[in-house]
Amino acid sequence: MTAVGTITRAGTAPRTSPGAAQIAGVRPQARPDVRPAGRRLGLGRPIPAAGLLGVVVLVGVWVAGSATGLIDQRVLSAPWTVVTTAGDLIAKGDLQENLGVSLTRAALGLAWGVAAGVVLALASGLSRVGDALLDGPIQVKRAIPNLALLPLLILWFGIGEPMKVITIALGVFIPIYVHTHNGLRSIDSRYVELAETVRLGRPQFVRRVVLPGALPGFLLGLRFAVTGSLLSLVVVEQVNATAGIGYMMELARTYGQTEVIIVGLVVYGVLGFTADAAVRLLQRRALAWRRTLED
Amino acid sequence: MATHAGGLSATPVATGTDVVAGAPAVAVRGLVRAYGEERVLDDLDLELALGEFVAILGRSGSGKSTLLRALAGLDHGVAGVGEVRVPDQVSVVFQDSRLLPWARVLDNVVLGLDGVGRRDARDAGRAALAEVGLAGRERAWPNELSGGEQQRVSLARSLVRSPQLLLADEPFGALDALTRIRMHELLRDLYDRHRPAVLLVTHDVDEAIVLADRVVVLDRGRIAVERRIDLDGARDAADPRFAAIRTELLDALGVERKDVTA
Ligand SMILES: Nc1ncnc2c1ncn2[C@@H]1O[C@H](COP(=O)(O)OP(=O)(O)O)[C@@H](O)[C@H]1O
Ligand SMILES: [Mg+2]
Repeated sequence: MTAVGTITRAGTAPRTSPGAAQIAGVRPQARPDVRPAGRRLGLGRPIPAAGLLGVVVLVGVWVAGSATGLIDQRVLSAPWTVVTTAGDLIAKGDLQENLGVSLTRAALGLAWGVAAGVVLALASGLSRVGDALLDGPIQVKRAIPNLALLPLLILWFGIGEPMKVITIALGVFIPIYVHTHNGLRSIDSRYVELAETVRLGRPQFVRRVVLPGALPGFLLGLRFAVTGSLLSLVVVEQVNATAGIGYMMELARTYGQTEVIIVGLVVYGVLGFTADAAVRLLQRRALAWRRTLED
Repeated sequence: MATHAGGLSATPVATGTDVVAGAPAVAVRGLVRAYGEERVLDDLDLELALGEFVAILGRSGSGKSTLLRALAGLDHGVAGVGEVRVPDQVSVVFQDSRLLPWARVLDNVVLGLDGVGRRDARDAGRAALAEVGLAGRERAWPNELSGGEQQRVSLARSLVRSPQLLLADEPFGALDALTRIRMHELLRDLYDRHRPAVLLVTHDVDEAIVLADRVVVLDRGRIAVERRIDLDGARDAADPRFAAIRTELLDALGVERKDVTA
Protein backbone atom coordinates (compact mmCIF):
# COMPACT_ATOMS: atom_id res chain seq x y z
CA MET A 1 0.00 0.00 0.00
CA THR A 2 1.65 3.16 -1.10
CA ALA A 3 -1.07 5.40 0.32
CA VAL A 4 -0.18 4.43 3.86
CA GLY A 5 2.24 6.86 5.36
CA THR A 6 2.09 9.44 2.62
CA ILE A 7 1.32 12.91 3.79
CA THR A 8 -2.08 13.99 2.58
CA ARG A 9 -3.37 17.45 2.19
CA ALA A 10 -5.89 18.63 4.68
CA GLY A 11 -9.32 17.56 3.65
CA THR A 12 -8.31 14.51 1.65
CA ALA A 13 -8.34 11.28 3.60
CA PRO A 14 -5.90 8.61 2.50
CA ARG A 15 -7.75 6.14 0.34
CA THR A 16 -6.83 2.91 2.03
CA SER A 17 -9.29 0.11 2.09
CA PRO A 18 -9.23 -1.33 5.60
CA GLY A 19 -9.35 -4.87 4.26
CA ALA A 20 -6.22 -4.44 2.21
CA ALA A 21 -4.37 -2.81 5.05
CA GLN A 22 -5.21 -5.66 7.37
CA ILE A 23 -3.98 -8.24 4.89
CA ALA A 24 -0.68 -6.39 4.66
CA GLY A 25 -0.52 -6.38 8.46
CA VAL A 26 -0.45 -2.60 8.62
CA ARG A 27 -3.11 -0.56 10.37
CA PRO A 28 -4.30 2.31 8.25
CA GLN A 29 -2.51 5.38 9.46
CA ALA A 30 -4.61 8.13 10.89
CA ARG A 31 -4.91 11.15 8.69
CA PRO A 32 -2.17 13.59 9.71
CA ASP A 33 -3.59 16.55 11.55
CA VAL A 34 -2.82 19.11 8.89
CA ARG A 35 -5.18 22.02 9.25
CA PRO A 36 -5.16 25.37 7.57
CA ALA A 37 -3.50 27.83 9.92
CA GLY A 38 -6.29 30.35 9.73
CA ARG A 39 -9.84 30.94 8.67
CA ARG A 40 -10.41 29.87 5.07
CA LEU A 41 -12.30 33.07 4.32
CA GLY A 42 -10.17 35.13 6.67
CA LEU A 43 -7.32 37.37 5.70
CA GLY A 44 -4.72 34.62 5.78
CA ARG A 45 -1.72 34.02 7.97
CA PRO A 46 -0.80 37.09 10.06
CA ILE A 47 2.39 38.76 8.81
CA PRO A 48 4.85 39.49 11.64
CA ALA A 49 5.19 43.24 12.31
CA ALA A 50 2.71 43.76 9.50
CA GLY A 51 2.12 47.37 10.43
CA LEU A 52 5.73 48.28 9.78
CA LEU A 53 6.37 46.39 6.57
CA GLY A 54 5.11 49.01 4.12
CA VAL A 55 7.03 51.74 5.91
CA VAL A 56 10.25 49.76 5.79
CA VAL A 57 9.83 49.24 2.04
CA LEU A 58 9.25 52.96 1.51
CA VAL A 59 12.35 53.92 3.50
CA GLY A 60 14.31 51.36 1.52
CA VAL A 61 13.33 53.05 -1.72
CA TRP A 62 14.34 56.43 -0.26
CA VAL A 63 17.77 55.08 0.78
CA ALA A 64 18.36 53.46 -2.59
CA GLY A 65 17.24 56.58 -4.47
CA SER A 66 19.52 58.87 -2.49
CA ALA A 67 22.52 56.52 -2.66
CA THR A 68 22.28 56.18 -6.43
CA GLY A 69 21.75 59.90 -6.90
CA LEU A 70 18.33 59.34 -8.44
CA ILE A 71 16.86 61.69 -5.82
CA ASP A 72 18.19 65.26 -5.95
CA GLN A 73 19.56 66.34 -2.53
CA ARG A 74 18.03 69.81 -2.91
CA VAL A 75 14.57 68.32 -3.42
CA LEU A 76 14.71 65.58 -0.83
CA SER A 77 17.63 65.23 1.56
CA ALA A 78 19.20 61.81 1.95
CA PRO A 79 18.07 59.71 4.91
CA TRP A 80 21.50 59.92 6.55
CA THR A 81 21.51 63.71 6.29
CA VAL A 82 18.11 63.69 7.98
CA VAL A 83 19.44 61.38 10.69
CA THR A 84 22.52 63.56 11.41
CA THR A 85 20.35 66.69 11.36
CA ALA A 86 17.98 65.05 13.82
CA GLY A 87 21.01 64.18 15.95
CA ASP A 88 22.17 67.80 15.90
CA LEU A 89 18.69 69.06 16.75
CA ILE A 90 18.48 66.67 19.67
CA ALA A 91 21.97 67.61 20.87
CA LYS A 92 20.98 71.30 20.87
CA GLY A 93 17.70 70.40 22.62
CA ASP A 94 15.59 72.02 19.89
CA LEU A 95 13.77 68.89 18.83
CA GLN A 96 12.75 67.81 22.34
CA GLU A 97 11.55 71.28 23.23
CA ASN A 98 9.47 71.73 20.09
CA LEU A 99 8.15 68.19 20.29
CA GLY A 100 7.14 68.79 23.89
CA VAL A 101 5.19 71.89 22.93
CA SER A 102 3.49 70.13 20.02
CA LEU A 103 2.61 67.07 22.07
CA THR A 104 1.13 69.17 24.84
CA ARG A 105 -1.01 71.06 22.35
CA ALA A 106 -2.26 67.89 20.64
CA ALA A 107 -2.87 66.13 23.94
CA LEU A 108 -4.77 69.06 25.44
CA GLY A 109 -6.87 69.47 22.32
CA LEU A 110 -7.52 65.76 22.18
CA ALA A 111 -8.48 65.57 25.85
CA TRP A 112 -10.91 68.49 25.65
CA GLY A 113 -12.32 67.27 22.37
CA VAL A 114 -12.86 63.71 23.58
CA ALA A 115 -14.44 64.93 26.81
CA ALA A 116 -16.77 67.29 24.95
CA GLY A 117 -17.62 64.66 22.33
CA VAL A 118 -18.47 62.04 24.95
CA VAL A 119 -20.52 64.40 27.11
CA LEU A 120 -22.48 65.69 24.11
CA ALA A 121 -23.01 62.18 22.73
CA LEU A 122 -24.30 60.97 26.09
CA ALA A 123 -26.55 63.99 26.49
CA SER A 124 -28.10 63.60 23.09
CA GLY A 125 -27.91 59.82 22.93
CA LEU A 126 -29.64 59.18 26.24
CA SER A 127 -32.34 61.82 26.26
CA ARG A 128 -34.83 63.01 23.70
CA VAL A 129 -34.54 66.60 24.86
CA GLY A 130 -30.77 66.46 24.55
CA ASP A 131 -31.12 65.00 21.09
CA ALA A 132 -33.54 67.72 19.99
CA LEU A 133 -31.31 70.49 21.31
CA LEU A 134 -27.85 69.23 20.45
CA ASP A 135 -27.88 67.03 17.42
CA GLY A 136 -28.94 69.70 14.95
CA PRO A 137 -26.26 72.28 15.79
CA ILE A 138 -23.59 69.59 15.89
CA GLN A 139 -24.58 68.35 12.45
CA VAL A 140 -24.32 71.94 11.21
CA LYS A 141 -20.86 72.29 12.76
CA ARG A 142 -19.94 69.00 11.17
CA ALA A 143 -20.76 70.35 7.75
CA ILE A 144 -18.32 73.25 8.17
CA PRO A 145 -14.70 72.25 7.64
CA ASN A 146 -12.90 72.87 10.88
CA LEU A 147 -10.16 74.92 9.30
CA ALA A 148 -12.68 77.33 7.80
CA LEU A 149 -13.37 78.41 11.39
CA LEU A 150 -9.76 79.40 11.91
CA PRO A 151 -10.11 83.11 11.02
CA LEU A 152 -13.02 83.46 13.44
CA LEU A 153 -11.22 81.56 16.17
CA ILE A 154 -8.17 83.81 15.76
CA LEU A 155 -10.38 86.89 16.09
CA TRP A 156 -12.03 85.49 19.20
CA PHE A 157 -9.13 83.86 20.98
CA GLY A 158 -6.07 85.57 19.50
CA ILE A 159 -3.08 83.66 18.20
CA GLY A 160 -1.92 82.13 21.48
CA GLU A 161 -2.21 78.65 22.88
CA PRO A 162 -5.97 78.73 23.71
CA MET A 163 -6.85 79.28 20.04
CA LYS A 164 -4.64 76.35 19.05
CA VAL A 165 -6.05 73.95 21.65
CA ILE A 166 -9.64 75.00 20.87
CA THR A 167 -9.14 74.47 17.15
CA ILE A 168 -7.79 70.98 17.76
CA ALA A 169 -10.60 70.17 20.20
CA LEU A 170 -13.22 71.36 17.71
CA GLY A 171 -11.86 68.93 15.15
CA VAL A 172 -11.68 66.09 17.65
CA PHE A 173 -15.13 66.22 19.18
CA ILE A 174 -17.00 65.65 15.92
CA PRO A 175 -15.85 62.07 15.19
CA ILE A 176 -16.11 61.19 18.88
CA TYR A 177 -19.66 62.55 19.00
CA VAL A 178 -20.82 60.97 15.76
CA HIS A 179 -19.52 57.47 16.46
CA THR A 180 -20.38 57.38 20.14
CA HIS A 181 -23.89 58.69 19.45
CA ASN A 182 -24.35 56.11 16.74
CA GLY A 183 -23.09 53.41 19.12
CA LEU A 184 -25.54 54.50 21.80
CA ARG A 185 -28.46 54.56 19.42
CA SER A 186 -27.83 51.29 17.66
CA ILE A 187 -27.83 49.03 20.69
CA ASP A 188 -29.72 45.84 19.90
CA SER A 189 -33.30 46.14 21.13
CA ARG A 190 -33.11 42.54 22.31
CA TYR A 191 -30.76 43.70 25.05
CA VAL A 192 -33.19 46.41 26.03
CA GLU A 193 -35.85 43.73 26.36
CA LEU A 194 -33.50 41.65 28.47
CA ALA A 195 -32.79 44.62 30.70
CA GLU A 196 -36.54 45.01 31.20
CA THR A 197 -37.05 41.39 32.16
CA VAL A 198 -34.26 41.48 34.74
CA ARG A 199 -35.61 44.84 35.90
CA LEU A 200 -32.50 46.91 35.51
CA GLY A 201 -32.89 50.44 36.77
CA ARG A 202 -31.97 53.23 34.42
CA PRO A 203 -28.49 53.88 35.87
CA GLN A 204 -27.69 50.17 35.79
CA PHE A 205 -29.08 49.89 32.29
CA VAL A 206 -26.82 52.70 31.12
CA ARG A 207 -23.81 51.27 32.93
CA ARG A 208 -24.20 47.59 32.04
CA VAL A 209 -25.81 47.73 28.62
CA VAL A 210 -25.64 51.12 26.95
CA LEU A 211 -22.09 52.20 27.69
CA PRO A 212 -20.38 48.87 26.96
CA GLY A 213 -22.53 48.54 23.86
CA ALA A 214 -21.42 51.96 22.64
CA LEU A 215 -17.74 51.37 23.41
CA PRO A 216 -16.84 49.96 19.98
CA GLY A 217 -18.34 53.07 18.38
CA PHE A 218 -16.47 55.36 20.75
CA LEU A 219 -13.16 53.65 20.05
CA LEU A 220 -13.69 53.91 16.32
CA GLY A 221 -14.37 57.60 16.80
CA LEU A 222 -11.20 57.86 18.87
CA ARG A 223 -9.13 56.56 15.99
CA PHE A 224 -10.49 59.25 13.70
CA ALA A 225 -10.09 61.83 16.47
CA VAL A 226 -6.42 61.06 17.07
CA THR A 227 -5.60 61.38 13.39
CA GLY A 228 -7.70 64.53 13.20
CA SER A 229 -5.96 66.12 16.16
CA LEU A 230 -2.58 65.79 14.44
CA LEU A 231 -4.04 67.23 11.27
CA SER A 232 -5.28 70.29 13.13
CA LEU A 233 -1.98 70.49 14.99
CA VAL A 234 -0.06 70.86 11.74
CA VAL A 235 -2.26 73.72 10.62
CA VAL A 236 -2.40 75.71 13.86
CA GLU A 237 1.35 75.41 14.33
CA GLN A 238 1.91 77.35 11.16
CA VAL A 239 -0.19 80.26 12.39
CA ASN A 240 2.19 82.55 14.25
CA ALA A 241 3.58 79.85 16.48
CA THR A 242 6.73 80.55 18.44
CA ALA A 243 7.42 76.97 19.31
CA GLY A 244 6.47 73.49 18.15
CA ILE A 245 7.42 71.15 15.37
CA GLY A 246 5.45 73.21 12.84
CA TYR A 247 7.28 76.37 13.93
CA MET A 248 10.57 74.56 13.57
CA MET A 249 9.62 73.59 10.02
CA GLU A 250 8.45 77.10 9.11
CA LEU A 251 11.75 78.52 10.32
CA ALA A 252 13.65 75.92 8.32
CA ARG A 253 11.71 76.90 5.21
CA THR A 254 12.84 80.51 5.44
CA TYR A 255 16.47 79.32 5.67
CA GLY A 256 15.99 76.70 2.98
CA GLN A 257 16.90 73.78 5.30
CA THR A 258 15.18 70.86 3.55
CA GLU A 259 16.61 68.34 5.99
CA VAL A 260 15.02 70.04 9.03
CA ILE A 261 11.67 70.12 7.25
CA ILE A 262 11.99 66.41 6.63
CA VAL A 263 12.91 65.79 10.27
CA GLY A 264 9.68 67.59 11.18
CA LEU A 265 7.69 65.50 8.72
CA VAL A 266 9.18 62.30 10.08
CA VAL A 267 8.31 63.39 13.62
CA TYR A 268 4.72 64.12 12.58
CA GLY A 269 4.58 60.75 10.87
CA VAL A 270 5.98 58.83 13.82
CA LEU A 271 3.60 60.71 16.09
CA GLY A 272 0.57 59.80 14.02
CA PHE A 273 1.65 56.22 13.59
CA THR A 274 2.32 55.72 17.29
CA ALA A 275 -0.92 57.36 18.33
CA ASP A 276 -2.95 55.21 15.97
CA ALA A 277 -1.16 52.08 17.11
CA ALA A 278 -1.86 53.04 20.72
CA VAL A 279 -5.58 53.42 20.03
CA ARG A 280 -5.67 50.12 18.18
CA LEU A 281 -4.01 48.42 21.12
CA LEU A 282 -6.55 50.02 23.41
CA GLN A 283 -9.29 48.79 21.08
CA ARG A 284 -8.02 45.24 21.23
CA ARG A 285 -7.74 45.33 25.01
CA ALA A 286 -11.11 46.94 25.63
CA LEU A 287 -12.99 44.77 23.15
CA ALA A 288 -11.48 41.46 24.17
CA TRP A 289 -14.96 39.94 24.08
CA ARG A 290 -15.25 40.48 20.36
CA ARG A 291 -14.37 37.79 17.87
CA THR A 292 -13.75 39.53 14.59
CA LEU A 293 -12.25 38.64 11.25
CA GLU A 294 -9.00 40.27 12.37
CA ASP A 295 -8.24 37.60 14.98
CA MET B 1 -53.99 54.76 26.71
CA ALA B 2 -53.63 54.26 23.02
CA THR B 3 -56.65 53.26 21.04
CA HIS B 4 -56.33 51.91 17.58
CA ALA B 5 -58.51 51.26 14.56
CA GLY B 6 -59.93 48.04 15.99
CA GLY B 7 -61.22 49.86 19.04
CA LEU B 8 -58.90 47.99 21.39
CA SER B 9 -56.82 49.73 23.96
CA ALA B 10 -53.52 48.73 25.48
CA THR B 11 -53.84 47.64 29.08
CA PRO B 12 -50.98 47.31 31.52
CA VAL B 13 -50.17 43.95 33.03
CA ALA B 14 -51.42 43.60 36.57
CA THR B 15 -48.75 42.17 38.77
CA GLY B 16 -50.14 40.84 42.00
CA THR B 17 -47.93 40.83 45.07
CA ASP B 18 -50.46 38.52 46.66
CA VAL B 19 -49.41 34.99 45.85
CA VAL B 20 -51.83 33.44 48.25
CA ALA B 21 -51.67 29.70 48.83
CA GLY B 22 -54.33 28.09 46.70
CA ALA B 23 -54.52 31.08 44.38
CA PRO B 24 -53.16 30.37 40.90
CA ALA B 25 -49.67 31.57 40.03
CA VAL B 26 -50.90 32.85 36.70
CA ALA B 27 -54.41 33.93 35.80
CA VAL B 28 -55.21 35.15 32.33
CA ARG B 29 -58.78 36.10 31.50
CA GLY B 30 -60.29 37.38 28.30
CA LEU B 31 -56.92 38.24 26.83
CA VAL B 32 -57.01 39.90 23.44
CA ARG B 33 -53.91 40.95 21.52
CA ALA B 34 -54.06 42.28 18.00
CA TYR B 35 -51.63 43.46 15.37
CA GLY B 36 -53.66 45.79 13.19
CA GLU B 37 -56.98 44.13 12.45
CA GLU B 38 -55.58 40.67 13.11
CA ARG B 39 -56.55 39.29 16.52
CA VAL B 40 -53.69 36.99 17.42
CA LEU B 41 -55.08 36.22 20.87
CA ASP B 42 -58.85 36.27 21.02
CA ASP B 43 -60.51 36.09 24.44
CA LEU B 44 -57.95 33.66 25.83
CA ASP B 45 -58.24 32.19 29.33
CA LEU B 46 -55.41 30.37 31.07
CA GLU B 47 -54.48 29.47 34.63
CA LEU B 48 -51.31 28.01 36.09
CA ALA B 49 -51.24 26.59 39.59
CA LEU B 50 -48.29 27.39 41.83
CA GLY B 51 -45.37 25.27 40.77
CA GLU B 52 -47.18 23.86 37.76
CA PHE B 53 -45.25 23.07 34.58
CA VAL B 54 -47.31 23.86 31.50
CA ALA B 55 -46.20 23.57 27.89
CA ILE B 56 -47.86 25.52 25.09
CA LEU B 57 -48.01 23.96 21.67
CA GLY B 58 -49.25 25.65 18.56
CA ARG B 59 -48.54 26.07 14.92
CA SER B 60 -46.03 28.68 13.89
CA GLY B 61 -47.78 32.03 14.01
CA SER B 62 -50.49 30.82 16.36
CA GLY B 63 -49.59 33.46 18.95
CA LYS B 64 -47.47 31.53 21.44
CA SER B 65 -44.81 34.21 21.65
CA THR B 66 -47.45 36.91 21.78
CA LEU B 67 -48.98 35.23 24.83
CA LEU B 68 -45.63 34.82 26.53
CA ARG B 69 -44.67 38.41 25.89
CA ALA B 70 -47.96 39.55 27.34
CA LEU B 71 -47.20 37.57 30.51
CA ALA B 72 -43.66 38.95 30.64
CA GLY B 73 -45.00 42.49 30.27
CA LEU B 74 -42.90 42.98 27.15
CA ASP B 75 -45.71 43.87 24.77
CA HIS B 76 -45.95 47.60 25.27
CA GLY B 77 -47.71 49.17 22.39
CA VAL B 78 -49.49 46.02 21.29
CA ALA B 79 -53.21 46.67 21.24
CA GLY B 80 -55.36 44.54 23.45
CA VAL B 81 -57.56 44.07 26.50
CA GLY B 82 -57.86 41.47 29.18
CA GLU B 83 -56.64 40.60 32.61
CA VAL B 84 -53.20 39.22 33.30
CA ARG B 85 -52.11 38.25 36.77
CA VAL B 86 -48.56 37.08 37.30
CA PRO B 87 -46.34 36.78 40.37
CA ASP B 88 -43.76 39.39 41.33
CA GLN B 89 -40.72 37.38 40.42
CA VAL B 90 -40.90 36.44 36.75
CA SER B 91 -37.88 35.19 34.80
CA VAL B 92 -37.75 34.89 31.04
CA VAL B 93 -35.63 32.52 28.99
CA PHE B 94 -35.44 33.52 25.36
CA GLN B 95 -34.77 31.32 22.35
CA ASP B 96 -31.44 33.06 21.87
CA SER B 97 -29.55 32.97 25.12
CA ARG B 98 -29.40 36.75 25.05
CA LEU B 99 -26.20 37.09 27.01
CA LEU B 100 -24.48 40.46 26.93
CA PRO B 101 -21.41 39.70 24.82
CA TRP B 102 -19.30 42.27 26.66
CA ALA B 103 -19.98 40.86 30.12
CA ARG B 104 -18.33 37.76 31.51
CA VAL B 105 -20.49 34.75 32.28
CA LEU B 106 -20.87 35.46 35.99
CA ASP B 107 -21.64 39.14 35.34
CA ASN B 108 -24.34 38.03 32.94
CA VAL B 109 -25.86 35.73 35.54
CA VAL B 110 -26.01 38.38 38.25
CA LEU B 111 -27.03 41.19 35.89
CA GLY B 112 -29.13 43.64 37.84
CA LEU B 113 -28.66 41.90 41.19
CA ASP B 114 -25.64 43.71 42.55
CA GLY B 115 -27.78 46.43 44.06
CA VAL B 116 -28.71 44.04 46.85
CA GLY B 117 -25.50 42.86 48.46
CA ARG B 118 -22.97 42.47 45.70
CA ARG B 119 -21.05 39.70 47.45
CA ASP B 120 -24.20 37.65 48.11
CA ALA B 121 -25.40 38.06 44.55
CA ARG B 122 -22.10 36.82 43.15
CA ASP B 123 -22.08 33.83 45.49
CA ALA B 124 -25.62 33.00 44.41
CA GLY B 125 -24.53 33.44 40.80
CA ARG B 126 -21.65 31.02 41.26
CA ALA B 127 -23.98 28.50 42.85
CA ALA B 128 -26.46 28.84 39.99
CA LEU B 129 -23.67 28.30 37.45
CA ALA B 130 -22.58 25.20 39.33
CA GLU B 131 -26.16 23.96 39.23
CA VAL B 132 -26.26 24.16 35.46
CA GLY B 133 -22.88 22.44 35.26
CA LEU B 134 -20.77 25.47 34.45
CA ALA B 135 -18.67 25.82 37.59
CA GLY B 136 -15.29 27.23 36.69
CA ARG B 137 -16.53 29.12 33.62
CA GLU B 138 -17.43 32.27 35.56
CA ARG B 139 -14.83 34.40 33.84
CA ALA B 140 -15.42 33.14 30.29
CA TRP B 141 -16.85 35.43 27.61
CA PRO B 142 -20.22 34.31 26.19
CA ASN B 143 -18.57 34.05 22.77
CA GLU B 144 -16.32 31.33 24.09
CA LEU B 145 -19.22 29.03 24.98
CA SER B 146 -21.16 26.60 22.83
CA GLY B 147 -24.83 27.24 22.09
CA GLY B 148 -25.91 24.74 24.74
CA GLU B 149 -23.59 26.27 27.34
CA GLN B 150 -24.87 29.75 26.54
CA GLN B 151 -28.41 28.59 27.07
CA ARG B 152 -27.39 27.04 30.39
CA VAL B 153 -25.95 30.39 31.46
CA SER B 154 -29.26 31.95 30.51
CA LEU B 155 -31.03 29.34 32.69
CA ALA B 156 -28.69 30.18 35.56
CA ARG B 157 -29.50 33.86 35.09
CA SER B 158 -33.20 33.04 35.40
CA LEU B 159 -32.80 30.76 38.40
CA VAL B 160 -30.63 33.04 40.49
CA ARG B 161 -33.62 35.36 40.78
CA SER B 162 -35.71 32.62 42.48
CA PRO B 163 -38.61 33.11 40.09
CA GLN B 164 -42.14 32.17 41.01
CA LEU B 165 -42.85 31.99 37.30
CA LEU B 166 -40.44 30.97 34.57
CA LEU B 167 -41.40 31.91 31.03
CA ALA B 168 -39.48 30.15 28.29
CA ASP B 169 -40.03 30.76 24.58
CA GLU B 170 -38.65 27.80 22.62
CA PRO B 171 -35.51 27.87 24.76
CA PHE B 172 -34.02 24.81 23.09
CA GLY B 173 -35.20 25.51 19.56
CA ALA B 174 -31.74 26.46 18.33
CA LEU B 175 -29.92 23.49 19.86
CA ASP B 176 -29.00 20.18 18.28
CA ALA B 177 -31.02 17.09 19.21
CA LEU B 178 -28.47 15.62 21.61
CA THR B 179 -27.89 18.86 23.48
CA ARG B 180 -31.63 19.35 23.64
CA ILE B 181 -32.12 16.02 25.42
CA ARG B 182 -29.47 17.00 27.98
CA MET B 183 -31.17 20.34 28.46
CA HIS B 184 -34.52 18.61 29.03
CA GLU B 185 -32.98 16.63 31.86
CA LEU B 186 -31.36 19.75 33.28
CA LEU B 187 -34.54 21.81 33.11
CA ARG B 188 -36.65 19.08 34.69
CA ASP B 189 -33.98 18.71 37.38
CA LEU B 190 -33.87 22.40 38.13
CA TYR B 191 -37.64 22.54 38.12
CA ASP B 192 -37.88 19.72 40.65
CA ARG B 193 -35.48 21.54 42.93
CA HIS B 194 -36.86 25.08 42.67
CA ARG B 195 -40.52 24.51 41.79
CA PRO B 196 -41.41 27.70 39.99
CA ALA B 197 -44.50 27.71 37.84
CA VAL B 198 -43.23 27.18 34.29
CA LEU B 199 -44.78 28.18 31.00
CA LEU B 200 -42.79 26.62 28.21
CA VAL B 201 -43.48 27.47 24.59
CA THR B 202 -42.38 24.79 22.19
CA HIS B 203 -43.22 23.43 18.79
CA ASP B 204 -41.84 20.02 19.71
CA VAL B 205 -44.63 17.71 20.86
CA ASP B 206 -42.26 15.21 22.44
CA GLU B 207 -40.51 17.96 24.36
CA ALA B 208 -43.86 19.09 25.73
CA ILE B 209 -44.84 15.58 26.82
CA VAL B 210 -41.46 14.84 28.39
CA LEU B 211 -41.34 18.03 30.42
CA ALA B 212 -44.79 19.31 31.29
CA ASP B 213 -47.49 18.41 33.78
CA ARG B 214 -50.04 19.80 31.39
CA VAL B 215 -49.96 20.63 27.70
CA VAL B 216 -52.20 23.23 26.10
CA VAL B 217 -52.64 23.74 22.40
CA LEU B 218 -53.13 27.26 21.12
CA ASP B 219 -55.33 27.64 18.08
CA ARG B 220 -57.14 30.59 16.57
CA GLY B 221 -56.25 32.77 19.52
CA ARG B 222 -57.51 30.48 22.24
CA ILE B 223 -56.59 27.39 24.17
CA ALA B 224 -58.12 24.76 21.92
CA VAL B 225 -57.02 21.60 23.74
CA GLU B 226 -55.74 20.84 27.21
CA ARG B 227 -54.08 17.57 28.13
CA ARG B 228 -52.81 16.56 31.54
CA ILE B 229 -49.71 14.36 31.23
CA ASP B 230 -50.39 11.58 33.70
CA LEU B 231 -47.39 9.41 32.90
CA ASP B 232 -45.81 8.42 36.17
CA GLY B 233 -42.07 7.91 36.50
CA ALA B 234 -39.70 8.19 33.57
CA ARG B 235 -41.39 9.42 30.44
CA ASP B 236 -40.37 7.16 27.64
CA ALA B 237 -41.25 7.91 24.05
CA ALA B 238 -41.49 4.15 23.48
CA ASP B 239 -44.29 3.87 26.08
CA PRO B 240 -47.60 3.26 24.26
CA ARG B 241 -49.35 5.77 26.53
CA PHE B 242 -46.76 8.37 25.49
CA ALA B 243 -47.49 7.55 21.86
CA ALA B 244 -51.21 7.90 22.48
CA ILE B 245 -50.80 11.36 23.96
CA ARG B 246 -48.54 12.35 21.10
CA THR B 247 -51.14 11.24 18.55
CA GLU B 248 -53.81 13.16 20.38
CA LEU B 249 -51.74 16.35 20.46
CA LEU B 250 -50.64 16.04 16.86
CA ASP B 251 -54.29 15.67 15.89
CA ALA B 252 -55.07 18.81 17.83
CA LEU B 253 -52.32 20.57 15.92
CA GLY B 254 -53.91 19.43 12.68
CA VAL B 255 -51.05 17.16 11.71
CA GLU B 256 -52.09 14.00 9.88
CA ARG B 257 -50.56 10.96 11.51
CA LYS B 258 -49.10 9.64 8.27
CA ASP B 259 -47.21 12.90 7.66
CA VAL B 260 -45.12 12.40 10.75
CA THR B 261 -41.84 10.93 9.71
CA ALA B 262 -39.79 11.28 12.85
N1 LIG C 1 -44.63 42.92 16.04
C1 LIG C 1 -45.54 42.36 15.22
N2 LIG C 1 -46.18 43.10 14.29
C2 LIG C 1 -47.12 42.56 13.48
N3 LIG C 1 -47.48 41.27 13.53
C3 LIG C 1 -46.88 40.47 14.43
C4 LIG C 1 -45.88 40.97 15.31
N4 LIG C 1 -45.47 39.96 16.10
C5 LIG C 1 -46.16 38.87 15.72
N5 LIG C 1 -47.02 39.17 14.72
C6 LIG C 1 -47.95 38.23 14.08
O1 LIG C 1 -48.73 37.62 15.07
C7 LIG C 1 -48.89 36.26 14.82
C8 LIG C 1 -48.44 35.44 16.01
O2 LIG C 1 -47.06 35.60 16.20
P1 LIG C 1 -46.27 34.84 17.33
O3 LIG C 1 -46.91 35.08 18.64
O4 LIG C 1 -44.84 35.22 17.23
O5 LIG C 1 -46.45 33.31 16.90
P2 LIG C 1 -45.72 32.02 17.41
O6 LIG C 1 -44.77 32.39 18.48
O7 LIG C 1 -46.80 31.10 17.86
O8 LIG C 1 -45.03 31.45 16.22
C9 LIG C 1 -48.14 35.94 13.55
O9 LIG C 1 -49.06 35.89 12.50
C10 LIG C 1 -47.21 37.10 13.39
O10 LIG C 1 -47.04 37.39 12.03
MG1 LIG D 1 -42.63 32.30 18.58
